[in-house]
Amino acid sequence: MVGIFASLFALHGLGVQPGDPTLSGAALMGTLLVVTLVAMAASGLTAVAMERIAYRPLRRRGAPRLAALITAIGVSLFLQELFAARYGRDELGFPRVLEKRQLLEIAGANVRSDKVLVVVAALLLMVALDRFVNRSRLGRGIRATAQDAETAALMGVDINRVVMLTFLLGGLLAGAAGTLYGVFFEAARYNIGFLPGIKAFTAAVLGGIGNIRGALVGGLSLGLLENWGSTVLGGEWKDVFAFSVLVLVLLFRPTGLLGESLGKARA
Amino acid sequence: MLLELSDVHVHYGQVEALKGVSLDVDQGEIVTLIGGNGAGKTTTLKTISGLRPVTRGSIRFEGAELVGVPAHRLVAMGISQAPEGRGIFPGMSVMENLEMGAYTRAGDKAAFARNLDRVFELFPRLAERRRQPGGTLSGGEQQMVAIGRALMADPRLLLLDEPSMGLAPKLVAQIFAIVEEINRQGTTVLLVEQNAAQALRRADRAYVLETGRVVKTAAADELLDDETVKAAYLGGDVGSAS
Repeated sequence: MVGIFASLFALHGLGVQPGDPTLSGAALMGTLLVVTLVAMAASGLTAVAMERIAYRPLRRRGAPRLAALITAIGVSLFLQELFAARYGRDELGFPRVLEKRQLLEIAGANVRSDKVLVVVAALLLMVALDRFVNRSRLGRGIRATAQDAETAALMGVDINRVVMLTFLLGGLLAGAAGTLYGVFFEAARYNIGFLPGIKAFTAAVLGGIGNIRGALVGGLSLGLLENWGSTVLGGEWKDVFAFSVLVLVLLFRPTGLLGESLGKARA
Repeated sequence: MLLELSDVHVHYGQVEALKGVSLDVDQGEIVTLIGGNGAGKTTTLKTISGLRPVTRGSIRFEGAELVGVPAHRLVAMGISQAPEGRGIFPGMSVMENLEMGAYTRAGDKAAFARNLDRVFELFPRLAERRRQPGGTLSGGEQQMVAIGRALMADPRLLLLDEPSMGLAPKLVAQIFAIVEEINRQGTTVLLVEQNAAQALRRADRAYVLETGRVVKTAAADELLDDETVKAAYLGGDVGSAS
C-alpha cells in the first residue's frame, strides 16, 4: 500500500496524470524505473521504521512469536488508517503508464504487455533475492539468525542489524510489488495492500514457511488455483476455492509443499 | 590472566542464577566447570559470551571489560563458543556452518583456508560431509561441527558447553582427546561438563559450581580424589560416563 501510493506520488511528481497518453520507448522505461525505485525506497524505509518502533522493543523483552504476528496486523491497520485519514477511503485513479497491448497469442491465451512486465519483474526479483540470501555473507547471516538467533550472535552476527536488513529487503520487494500492482490494476486505495498481504502469507505457508523457493511455488500455485477456481465455479468463489485448497494441503503436508526438503534444498 | 570473573551476579527475572561467581582462566590452560543441573554452568558461559545481562560484577578478558559488550563483538575479540546443545544451523551444510564460524573475518581468505585446514585435520569426518545439511548429521558429527565452527574464528579462548552431552562413551573419549589436542596447539579452553570424571582427567584446574556459587576450586587431579566431589559428581565410579 505504501508502495503503490509512493508510485502514484512519483508519477504525479513526474507529471504523469490519468488520461494522459501512454508513454513508450525510453520515456516508458525511465518512468517505470524511477517510479519503482521511489516506491521501493518509500516502502523499505517504512518497514525499517516500523521494525524500530514496533518490533525491536518486543524482541528486547523476549516476547513470543505470536506477539510479532499480532503486531504485524496492528501495524498494517495503523498504516491503512493513517492513509485513509489523509487521502480518504475512495479509490484513487492510477495513471495508465503502460499501453496494454496484446503481444501474442498462445493456444488461445492472450499475452499482454503488462502481464509480461509483471511476470518478468517478479522472476527477476525472485532470482535476485534467492541469490542474495543463499550466496552472500549477509544472506548467510539472515539464514543463521532465522535458524538459531542466539548461536548466530555467538558467531558474530549483529542480530538487530540483520533483522533491520530483513525488514528493509521485505519493504523494497513490497514496494516493487506495489508499483506492479498499480500498473496492472490502475487503482490505489488505502487498504489495497491488505488482501495481497494475507495472500502473500498464505503463499508462504503453502510453499513452506522459511523457504524462499517455497514461497515462489506457493505464490504461483495460489494464483493459478484462484484463477482456475474462478473459471470453474465463478469469480465470486475465487478466494473460497484458494483458501480451501490451502487448508487441504496443510492437512496432508503441514510443513507446506516444499517444507520437508528445506534442508536438502539449501545444502 | 586471560579471563577473570569477579563477583558476577546474573538474574532471570526475580531468580538469581549466579550469586557472585569469581573464577579465572590462565593463558594455555584447560579449566573445567563442573556441577549438577541448574548449578549455573551454562549461565556462566552465556554470561561470558554476552548473552545474559550481568546485574553486578565484572568480567575481564585480556584486561578489557566484557560486561556491556554485545555478544556479536566477542568473536572478534578472541572468544568463541560451542554452545549447549551444539547450536548447529540445521538448514545449512557443514561447510556453511563452518563459514558462519568465520563470519566476522570474511575478508581474510588466507586465514580462512588455514583454519579450515586445521578443522579438517582435527575432524576428517567433516571434510567428507561438507555438503551435508547440519540437521541430518549424527550427534557426534554435530559436536564436531560445533567445535570446528568455533575454531574457524581462531579464538584465544574456546568456551565448550557440555561437548559430551548425549554421545556414546567411545565418542566422548574421542571428543575429549581432540579438546586436549586443540589446547596443545595453543588455544585456552574453558570447559563446562556434567561428565565430571572425563572433564577432571583432561583439565588442569577445576571449579565446582552449586546453585550459582563456586563451592570449591583446585587442581583437577586433586578433585578427582576429593571425597565430597567423588560422592556428589563421580558416582563412586570414576570410569563411567556421566
